[in-house]
Amino acid sequence: MTTQALDLDTLTIEEFGRRLRARDLTAEHVTDACLRRIEEDNPKLNAFILVMADAARQQAREADRELAAGRDRGPLHGVPISIKDLIDVAGTPTTAASRVREGHVAVHDAPVVGALRDAGAIIIGKTNLHEFAFGTTNEDSAFGPARNPHDLSRSPGGSSGGSAASVAAGMALATLGTDTGGSIRIPAAACGLVGLKPRHGELSTDGIVPLSHRLDHVGPLARTVTDAVLVYRALRDRAQNPAKAGSHGRGSPLPGSQAPHAWDAALAGPRLPAPVPVSGLRLAVPRGYFFELLDEDVRARFEEALDRLRAAGARTIDVNIRHASLTAAIYLHLVLADAAAYHAATLERMPERYTPSVRLRLEMGRYVLAEDYTRALEGQEILRREVDSALAGHSALALPALPIPAPLIGSASVQVGSVTEPVRNLMLRETQLFNLTGHPAIALPAGATSAGLPCSVQLVGADTEDLLPVALACEAQITGVLRPRSGGLGG
Amino acid sequence: MTIDSWLQAAIADAERRALPELKPLLEGLARATALLRKADFNDDASA
Repeated sequence: MTTQALDLDTLTIEEFGRRLRARDLTAEHVTDACLRRIEEDNPKLNAFILVMADAARQQAREADRELAAGRDRGPLHGVPISIKDLIDVAGTPTTAASRVREGHVAVHDAPVVGALRDAGAIIIGKTNLHEFAFGTTNEDSAFGPARNPHDLSRSPGGSSGGSAASVAAGMALATLGTDTGGSIRIPAAACGLVGLKPRHGELSTDGIVPLSHRLDHVGPLARTVTDAVLVYRALRDRAQNPAKAGSHGRGSPLPGSQAPHAWDAALAGPRLPAPVPVSGLRLAVPRGYFFELLDEDVRARFEEALDRLRAAGARTIDVNIRHASLTAAIYLHLVLADAAAYHAATLERMPERYTPSVRLRLEMGRYVLAEDYTRALEGQEILRREVDSALAGHSALALPALPIPAPLIGSASVQVGSVTEPVRNLMLRETQLFNLTGHPAIALPAGATSAGLPCSVQLVGADTEDLLPVALACEAQITGVLRPRSGGLGG
Repeated sequence: MTIDSWLQAAIADAERRALPELKPLLEGLARATALLRKADFNDDASA
């Protein structure tokens, strides 16, 4: 059956899809390979909380039978995908990486999981995260920390750390994460992946344990922009937020089509954005706050990425977001109070079941005053208008996704130049603004530090569908494939 | 309520609830609140 070697470290959904339809691979073969990889490497990475081996094999065999019978569900047909364990998968616990959730079993799939199943994806397991998604390193988890496949002594980022590790280590071809302050883009950046946070409210977050309804997003992490687009489109077509239905109507739901048996046919319909020429791009670079605290390697890789884009004809323009330096203060008051409200009853009833650090930060939220929450809401609206203004006339904003490389597990602070900052503040610094404003944002791999740790560029747009072709154009100029097994896992 | 009086009350409450570890976190929150209250977009009822 398999005529070419199967390299799980580089296999994309796109390559898998072509080879599946050329009968060079089967869904069962690739699912088995992912499950073997999990068996081999999960003890080191702790990426998975639950591996759904039997169900995944059964789904894979069914996907192969369907394709043989002429039913092609589209680009995700037979693709093994992992799910952050904050998202309901029917019949399994949604632990949120917390003992607070002991005994929980989801009755229904979250709409985003149902969408993946309808699109033919194989649900391979539930991944580790920072407890209740309330952290950026994945260290505070009832199941222990997940580790970065590029360097096992380092965090994979968070809160979707296990999700990112699962894809970077070849245990799944894509994953679903959530992002309240950067929890898709931060681990994508730390692990050398693409992470897409669509516009706020675009995709349903029903069936997902909330951190802050006003800031929560769900979206994919994958190896390439194309792969992230394919997962995003499957979600958008099938799990659009009902309140937003019709506002992003490009593309339509595709029920299983009959017998295309070719990748191009599986992509029929508006599956991939039309590419845009790099020479037409106008990228706004928000200097100031976002560039004040950057690791020197991260800064160098970002500037090299801009150089390559300019060499290919893109224009870059420095812009100012006037109140950007208030981002963290505004974000803190909103997320703390929202999270405290959700957790108040369990903080009273079973405080000992939280990890100590997450419990303390949730308790902190109970002291936010209403007048300051109202000020933060006003600040959120002002920042939204300022980002809209910065985007006007530009293809996207471009800035780093993470100001430092993946931090060492256990480090509370990191030195950047002459400044020592708490890890948490640094990790959120480049991303949380766009949770406040709701703008779509995507992290792209952009080379590595001298120690071989991934660096990343973040693009922010006005509309998800308009951002994706920009990301495709930039990806072609700036990304390089990093292979964890030649780094952390291969050592 | 001023930030100082809020912080004192919050720390006293945290200690009463046997959560003295909250003190440095509340002090950090107080610094963030001070920034927020100084922002030029805040309303001024006298203006």
